[in-house]
Amino acid sequence: MKLREAFESGKFALTAEVAPPKGTDLGHVMEEVEVFKGKVHGVNVTDLQSSVMKMGSLAVCHLIKDKGVEPVFQMTCRDRNRLALQSDLLNASVLGIENVLCLTGDYTTLGDHPQAKPVFDLDSVQLLQAAVKLQNGGDMVGEKLEGTPKFFLGAVVNPGADPLEPQLIKMEKKIKAGAQFFQTQAVYDPSLFGRFMKEASKFKVPVMLGIVMLKSAGMAKYMNENVAGVFVPDNLIAEMKEVPKEDRPKKSVEICARLIKEMRDMCQGVHIMPLGWGKYVPAILDAAGL
Amino acid sequence: MIIQEQKPFDEILQSLEGEEKIFLVGCSLCATTCQVGGEDQLKEMEGKLKEKGKSITGWIVLDPACQAVEVKKKFRERKEEIEKADSILVMACGGGAQSVRENAERIKINKIVHPGVNTLFQGEIIRGGHFEERCSLCSECVLEQTGTICPLTRCTKGLLNGPCGGSSNGKCEVDPDRDCAWDLIYKRLKEIGQLEKMSEIREAKDYSKLMRPRKLILEGDKK
Repeated sequence: MKLREAFESGKFALTAEVAPPKGTDLGHVMEEVEVFKGKVHGVNVTDLQSSVMKMGSLAVCHLIKDKGVEPVFQMTCRDRNRLALQSDLLNASVLGIENVLCLTGDYTTLGDHPQAKPVFDLDSVQLLQAAVKLQNGGDMVGEKLEGTPKFFLGAVVNPGADPLEPQLIKMEKKIKAGAQFFQTQAVYDPSLFGRFMKEASKFKVPVMLGIVMLKSAGMAKYMNENVAGVFVPDNLIAEMKEVPKEDRPKKSVEICARLIKEMRDMCQGVHIMPLGWGKYVPAILDAAGL
Repeated sequence: MIIQEQKPFDEILQSLEGEEKIFLVGCSLCATTCQVGGEDQLKEMEGKLKEKGKSITGWIVLDPACQAVEVKKKFRERKEEIEKADSILVMACGGGAQSVRENAERIKINKIVHPGVNTLFQGEIIRGGHFEERCSLCSECVLEQTGTICPLTRCTKGLLNGPCGGSSNGKCEVDPDRDCAWDLIYKRLKEIGQLEKMSEIREAKDYSKLMRPRKLILEGDKK
């Protein structure tokens, strides 16, 4: 079942995520994708995540689609101007890629090529607008297309942002611009998510709870200090700290499943970001009863 | 104000390699405020270059260096000293250095012109020697919509439709000491009762208006 169909049929939607390699060896990505096959409705493929130079999202989306897995093509505005972004949207379409997640993108200096020229010709709202225009048969300047693409457009939102109101304003703009579903930044606090969803559910657009698998107490603390709007509560950090290293995946699976169970009724799906721990995703889904 | 800083002295020295006699040019406006091209800095540069075996044929603080008439007038007056020099070192912004080169040439003073300064940004003087960028000279002002806080300049990514996911507690993901422009805009719009402006979708910017080099001739000066 495709992601779009999952939402339309009222099923709790499930997505996971892979990051393309730095280099040409897709072994690890393909292994993870095999694990996800048949268990999720889509797999996000990141676009030079954290501004680190890697293989692109588009090629990997195409290759995993060939393996029978529904890709979610992540597109950031950091590296391409509007000509290239629209062109890649057409490229995606002819490769049968329908789901596109439109993001602003991390700033260049946060990655491994801080010298690179940042583009940000469009922002995420304008990228959504551009995709909608293409779907309607024209490009950003109104030139008619020969053949029209069809997308299922996604966007992101950060429920942990403080203040929250600017995020909600932008979320509503993204919906007006064409966003059909949302995946959130990682959330570990059900009450925070509840407060967010109380506002966000008014928009009547499906929201997928984002969860990054915790790998260790140190990694959780690192996220708290370095990732905007991500807050891992102390009790979860303590839980990760208490277990011996070899039991961390098991603990992480348990925490993820628990969080999903606590929050699933508030939202329409979950987006699990395993950060290389893809092989444990089925265990999370099992434990969460999904 | 064009904010600028002196190039590293070693780099200046390297650019003057093989040249012994130098004429120094400063500027009375931005370069003086930024303490790179005022009288004091030219005197200091004179001393440092002399230590390295150069001789200074003269120096002048133009008022300002970016004005053609001023460059031509003062260079005519000081032609003798300038002609004696192997080259001219300009302690003013990139616009000033080019104006000196261009206008000296126009009055047949053909000297190599070296930039002694790195031009940084158009900035506001917060206090004394503390300068901050506020305007990107984008050719199409959006301040009316954003509570008079420029998102193109003050948001690292130049976003027009609100904060990215990297905004946290009013700070930017790029640098925790940097204010998130959209947090400032949000608070300002809220304060002045114009928060609805934040909900309006801003279309992609027209960068054709930024095609370089830009030029403006006022009606009365068109021939």
